[in-house]
Amino acid sequence: MNRRTVLALAVGAAMLASGCTGTGGTSKGADAEAPDDPAKVGGTITVLTHRTDLVQDGTMKKYAAEFNKTYPKVKVEFEGLTDYEGEVKIRMNTENYGDVLMIPAVIEKKDYPKFFASLGTRAERSKKYRFTDYSTVQGKVYGQSPIGVVPGFVYNKKVWSAAGITDWPTTPAEFLDDLKAIKSKSEAVPYYTNFKDMWPLTQWTNVNGSVGCDTGATTRLAEGNPWADGADLRVADTLLHDIVKSDLIEKDPTTTNWEASKPRLAKGEIATMWLGSWAIVQMQAAAKQAGTDPADIGFMPFPAQKNGTFCAVTSPDYQQAVNVNSDHKAAARAWIDWFTDKSGYAGANLALSPLKDAPLPDVLKPYEEAGVKLLDIDDTKGAEVKSLDNQSEVGIYKPDYRQDLVDLARGARKGSLDDFLAGLGDKWTEAQRNLGS
Amino acid sequence: MAHPTRRWRGVTPWLFLLAPLVLLITFTYAPIVNMVAYSFTDWDGVSPGLHYTGAENYAELFTRSELFEVFFVSGYYLAASVVQIAAALYFATVLSFNVRFRNFFKGVLFFPYLINGVAIGFVFLYFFQDGGTLDAILGLVGYDGDRAWLGTPISANVSLAGVSVWRYMGLNFVLFLGAIQSIPGELYEAAEIDGANRWQQFRHIIAPGIRPVLSLSVILSVSGSLSVFEIPYIMTGGATGTETFVIQTVKLAFQFNKTGLASAAAVVLLLIILAVTWVQRRLVPDDKVDLV
Repeated sequence: MNRRTVLALAVGAAMLASGCTGTGGTSKGADAEAPDDPAKVGGTITVLTHRTDLVQDGTMKKYAAEFNKTYPKVKVEFEGLTDYEGEVKIRMNTENYGDVLMIPAVIEKKDYPKFFASLGTRAERSKKYRFTDYSTVQGKVYGQSPIGVVPGFVYNKKVWSAAGITDWPTTPAEFLDDLKAIKSKSEAVPYYTNFKDMWPLTQWTNVNGSVGCDTGATTRLAEGNPWADGADLRVADTLLHDIVKSDLIEKDPTTTNWEASKPRLAKGEIATMWLGSWAIVQMQAAAKQAGTDPADIGFMPFPAQKNGTFCAVTSPDYQQAVNVNSDHKAAARAWIDWFTDKSGYAGANLALSPLKDAPLPDVLKPYEEAGVKLLDIDDTKGAEVKSLDNQSEVGIYKPDYRQDLVDLARGARKGSLDDFLAGLGDKWTEAQRNLGS
Repeated sequence: MAHPTRRWRGVTPWLFLLAPLVLLITFTYAPIVNMVAYSFTDWDGVSPGLHYTGAENYAELFTRSELFEVFFVSGYYLAASVVQIAAALYFATVLSFNVRFRNFFKGVLFFPYLINGVAIGFVFLYFFQDGGTLDAILGLVGYDGDRAWLGTPISANVSLAGVSVWRYMGLNFVLFLGAIQSIPGELYEAAEIDGANRWQQFRHIIAPGIRPVLSLSVILSVSGSLSVFEIPYIMTGGATGTETFVIQTVKLAFQFNKTGLASAAAVVLLLIILAVTWVQRRLVPDDKVDLV
């Protein structure tokens, strides 16, 4: 054997070996049942979380101590991951991805039973909890979000009232007029896109459901063209386009800065941003830091009404689930139940509680007073919408097409809005045909 | 039957080679083989199941011309690399002669290459932002350019390519400088005695002396321009017409979960770069240089 053959054989063997490194299948269909007697459950469980801030400042430890009062034998450890999605996605190719984790967005719903243990049937859980159908596969629920969020415009009340606006706009046209009034009467940037940081642009997809006030909005996405005339996303994208086109945004969207935008909104240098109820806490904190009044931070629904009422969609945050390979499923389940029901996590985040009978948080009191209807959207077709989204490469949950939309509106990209939205619709409906729905 | 000591002599080099070979195979060849294997499947990057789909990914890639349009963006970086090589060559030549503060200037020119690409991306984001460093400096010299540097496709790509020149020129510069300094000093002395001026020294001694390094730099620049990633990904994320082929591939793999298709795209990029290099080697053969 000469040297070359030896080398070739070695490489060949390595190739064969690596060819076999596929992804391992796992046990399927296990249940994580709630323990009957809290004193008897034991074991050490690892909780993977994206809230690195809460792990670092010791808040999570406090939750664990509180949890131990009921479940003294369970030891809870936390692992905060900065790039949660990216890291967990890779770890999920093994069996070692914690005992409790947040379901990464990338996991397809139909694969939930392969990765997670079931928390119970939908019929039983939906009586008590919101968002059950977001993780239901064949009647079984695999995850539970500890909080709920509601989309809306975060705005600076002082700036808006200084421009003479007292009532929330009820149509996109009114909203545009209000922004124009702000532009002419103050120095503030009427609307801040957060173009560079990208993910704030994806929030616009949460408009879906608000315009038509329809709990079947997700099903409509799966079955129809989201950019058909009068469809929710078309209304939303048109409004964003018109805001940009009327020059009501920051001067240079390509270098925006999310962290810096928070104090600027608090100080009234920025008037409005489309975000969600989760952002209010952060804006109020920024206001305190900047020495302005946190009460100036306002929150309003998308400017569209059905029969005289505003509608706002509730949606879950990351959903907690039990690893199907966990050795301590009962303890893991106990943690999820306790964290969802008793921890006060939702209250601390000023968020919507996942419990159906819980009162609305303070930040949503203005919604309650204005009679805004909160919609729990039916998510049975959610998985289908996600795969359509990936298949078509449109990306309604990704920032790219909205960045293109903003570029189009400010003239950095050629074309018309109608053609652009029609193009998105074509890609979407073609993917629908390919997936045979 | 070989003599025992001779047999051991045959094994010894392989023992030494074992560690690097294992590392090379584990971290370079095995992942490539995996990637090629994925390119024939419909894997989504996370699901336990994957199906063999034959050449379907490649067929899709070549029937969707818009996926190759992003190579126009590489043109900006290709043009920039011409500037980069010319500037590096100029500085390397100048600093190979006896210039005051030459070590200081060498440091200044090489320094950007030592900085992490992600840090450079953030630094230049502040540099180009509205009212940022660039605007401030232009303001000082009386030019009140009120423009969004990353605002239009042309301006953004030129700005990003400029950052790339700033970053990589140091590497070219050091390569050239090393090659120039390996030319024996007597040649210059002889040339000076014969009355050759600096330009003639460059033309007839330096340029032929560094030809292999020059051609290496060109290959690196071309493949670099085709696979630009870090700087545009961090600074614009591929928005406003700055998307490159690699950014597009990353988005296919990690945003749209089309790992199979993205792997195929990566294989195609590899083949394109190999092809370009091959063509270039055929056009400019790498002959042995013999100055003396």
